[in-house]
Amino acid sequence: MVTVVLTPEAVRGLLAGLTDPEIPVLTLDDLGIVRGVTVDDGRVVVTITPTYSGCPALEAMSDDIVGVLAQAGLHDVTVRTVLSPAWTTDWMSAAGRRKLEEYGIAPPAPRASGPVLVPLGRHVPSCPQCGSGDTEELTRFASTACKALWRCRSCREPFDHFKAH
Amino acid sequence: MSQVLTDLDTAAYALRLGDDALVHGQQLCAWAYSSPEIEQDVAMLNLALDLLGQARALLTRAGELEGRGRDEDDLAFLRDEPSWTNALIVELDGGDFARTTARQLLVSAYTVPLWTELCGSADPVLAGVAGKAVKEVAYHLDHARSWTVRLGDGTPESARRMQAGLEDVWPYAFELFAVDPLVERLVARGVAADPTRLEPVWRSTVEAVLAEARLAVPETTWRPAGGRSGRHTEGFGHLLAELQHVHRSHPGASW
Repeated sequence: MVTVVLTPEAVRGLLAGLTDPEIPVLTLDDLGIVRGVTVDDGRVVVTITPTYSGCPALEAMSDDIVGVLAQAGLHDVTVRTVLSPAWTTDWMSAAGRRKLEEYGIAPPAPRASGPVLVPLGRHVPSCPQCGSGDTEELTRFASTACKALWRCRSCREPFDHFKAH
Repeated sequence: MSQVLTDLDTAAYALRLGDDALVHGQQLCAWAYSSPEIEQDVAMLNLALDLLGQARALLTRAGELEGRGRDEDDLAFLRDEPSWTNALIVELDGGDFARTTARQLLVSAYTVPLWTELCGSADPVLAGVAGKAVKEVAYHLDHARSWTVRLGDGTPESARRMQAGLEDVWPYAFELFAVDPLVERLVARGVAADPTRLEPVWRSTVEAVLAEARLAVPETTWRPAGGRSGRHTEGFGHLLAELQHVHRSHPGASW
């Protein structure tokens, strides 16, 4: 019989396949919302942080974490939510940005660091379909809290843009 | 989890902020399927979703610090009108789209400096909520600014309605900056934002937008208030009925 010592790294490995229910190409790691994993005598605490205050995906993600760990035989699992430090799109991995673009969502621009009173920059995303920089914003509020709707003036396709946050 | 110490002052302050956010979000939801264009339906509900998220964290904090075992649902669904401490401006009937826009402008021009200040609050949960909210309400203010300008500097009819909506909600904005003993104590402790510091920021933001929109700053000096002490407007009971009836009709239900 082999005794496997449960480590935070092993738990993170189990979580690696979990994705955002609203943007299924992004893993939770890509998003940067898993802020910590602790293991204490078989008890697992996973700490996550919401993207937006009202993001409805957070509860689904929390359920998914409990579910995938239960499949691995871990039943003493607590998912804790922390607000601080506030999530920012700057925590999104390079792989996550690339996957977003391939999926047809223009990735967020880097934010200036520090508190910005009006972070609504004049960043113009390139079209994820044809790559053209000639694009226009249709509406700042779109299918989810984190995205705006844009249109490419070259290929005429609309596309989502993940807002810098 | 460590035990949270009871702190009735901070609980009451978190409740005010939470009530402001929840009631304002509830009012914005009235625009679902009724906005001038479909993008506005989506926008209004996005704003409401941000406010709802903020409210949940704030009511949860209020419940913890109050020490009576009430959670966010108890506070949202099981309180009657006199126990609600939101400012009157957020519960006003939205009226037409111009009036809703005016309210959005006046409230978000306040919440932007409010949450900016509260990023440094001595209460770690308020500071945490603030760190997220400050980025969200910047979008709310920008949305209100762009519509205020579009309507105010639009057709004669849109300008007339925008000015009328502004005149309706303007007097109610000042309750947001009222100083009472609770706020004084919490400002001294570094927990609350100082309203006397917020008002000049608010005024310069709003006046700049109104100038851009070719609208006049209202001159009325009427200053209705009472929400912070549970005295609400006539329509508030109807708002609460809509907000609370499912929860109250089906106690303990889940799905």
